[in-house]
Amino acid sequence: MPSLKDLRNRIASVKATQKITKAMQMVAAAKLRRAQTAAEAARPYAERMETVLSNLASGVSGSSTPRLIAGTGSDKVHLLLVLTAERGLCGAFNSSIARLARDKANALKADGKTVKIICVGKKGYDILRRQFASEIIEFVDLREFKQVGFANAEAIAQNVLARFANGEFDVATLFFSKFRSVIAQIPTAQRIIPAEIPEGTKQTDAVYDYEPDEGEILEALLPRNLTVQVLRGLLENAASEQGARMSAMDSATRNAGEMIKKQTQLYNRSRQAMITKELIEIISGAEAL
Amino acid sequence: MATFKFELVSPERILFSGDVVSVIVPSVEGEMTVLAGHAPLVATLKAGIVFVQTTDQNGKEFFVNGGLVEVNQATTTILAEQGRFLEDVDTAVLDAEILTAETRLAGSHNEDEKKRLQDTLVQLHEFKHVFEQRKAA
Repeated sequence: MPSLKDLRNRIASVKATQKITKAMQMVAAAKLRRAQTAAEAARPYAERMETVLSNLASGVSGSSTPRLIAGTGSDKVHLLLVLTAERGLCGAFNSSIARLARDKANALKADGKTVKIICVGKKGYDILRRQFASEIIEFVDLREFKQVGFANAEAIAQNVLARFANGEFDVATLFFSKFRSVIAQIPTAQRIIPAEIPEGTKQTDAVYDYEPDEGEILEALLPRNLTVQVLRGLLENAASEQGARMSAMDSATRNAGEMIKKQTQLYNRSRQAMITKELIEIISGAEAL
Repeated sequence: MATFKFELVSPERILFSGDVVSVIVPSVEGEMTVLAGHAPLVATLKAGIVFVQTTDQNGKEFFVNGGLVEVNQATTTILAEQGRFLEDVDTAVLDAEILTAETRLAGSHNEDEKKRLQDTLVQLHEFKHVFEQRKAA
């Protein structure tokens, strides 16, 4: 049986924790609004880019097809680009992305493929480092940037492209969490090299005129597409992270409230018991006289 | 008049989406007008004005800097690297664009990129000239 002082201290500390989680929830809610707008505004461009690209890609043929669409012709070495958050305390957000990447990496390894991993964000790096220390070839730290933007995405995309040009990998997959709503974030794997061509968009009858020419356009468009897809991943992730943190902190606040209620009840009960005990002692003492 | 679906998208937002009569596009090889039923085409854009004619009388103007236009049977899409409403553009905005291109050119070591940035710079200067003339008129 804890003493009254112990109970009082415990209640005070849970109350302090509740204040912190409540504040974090509100901060996340405010940040979420901005992140969500950014993510949703970036969606149309990325989607149109995909459509245009797949229209173009279904039109090109033969040996002139750029390697970013056609691939290197083998799929021995896989690059996993794992985007996660820089901070924790956001529910299962980081671990669910990391789990998806880990499952994929394990499946690839079981198939006898080589796996290389680039981690963007400290949390994913911390999780994956335990199992894949030798596979992680780079860790990109975005902690100093308050708001990720085009420049960050471009730097990452350039890095990936340079490695691709050096022949360091054959297939690249992007892992991020798609923002559906505050309570639903979907961990997603998207193949970025070679560019994923959705089924059913084939328009083989449409023969495009190119100005200036096909090769030049695709050469400019494909790296740009990569940047846009990475940017989209980063923005979706930012929104998902805040959403996940908001709901995690919301339930933490609620749990703390419940705990306070239980502890207070226990405190009152033992206080009452103590008073009763003292009274009984006084009364029985008086009666004995 | 025959209309077709047109969309103007920049990385930040959709600037225009709807049915239009014609669109004038500043492609790198000169301005061109797209009407309904245009042959499928893909072209890269330079800095310039996109003129969108929504009905016979009404039109809207946008400023774009780089990007590409895709025309197919169903829709026409402009993916602009940068785009804004022409009303929001003034000389200060253009000067800022020119400055960014210049700083990036100075910091670049890649030959292809240098060439591209130089082209952009020339286009921007050209456009600034046109823009100032327009304002004066």
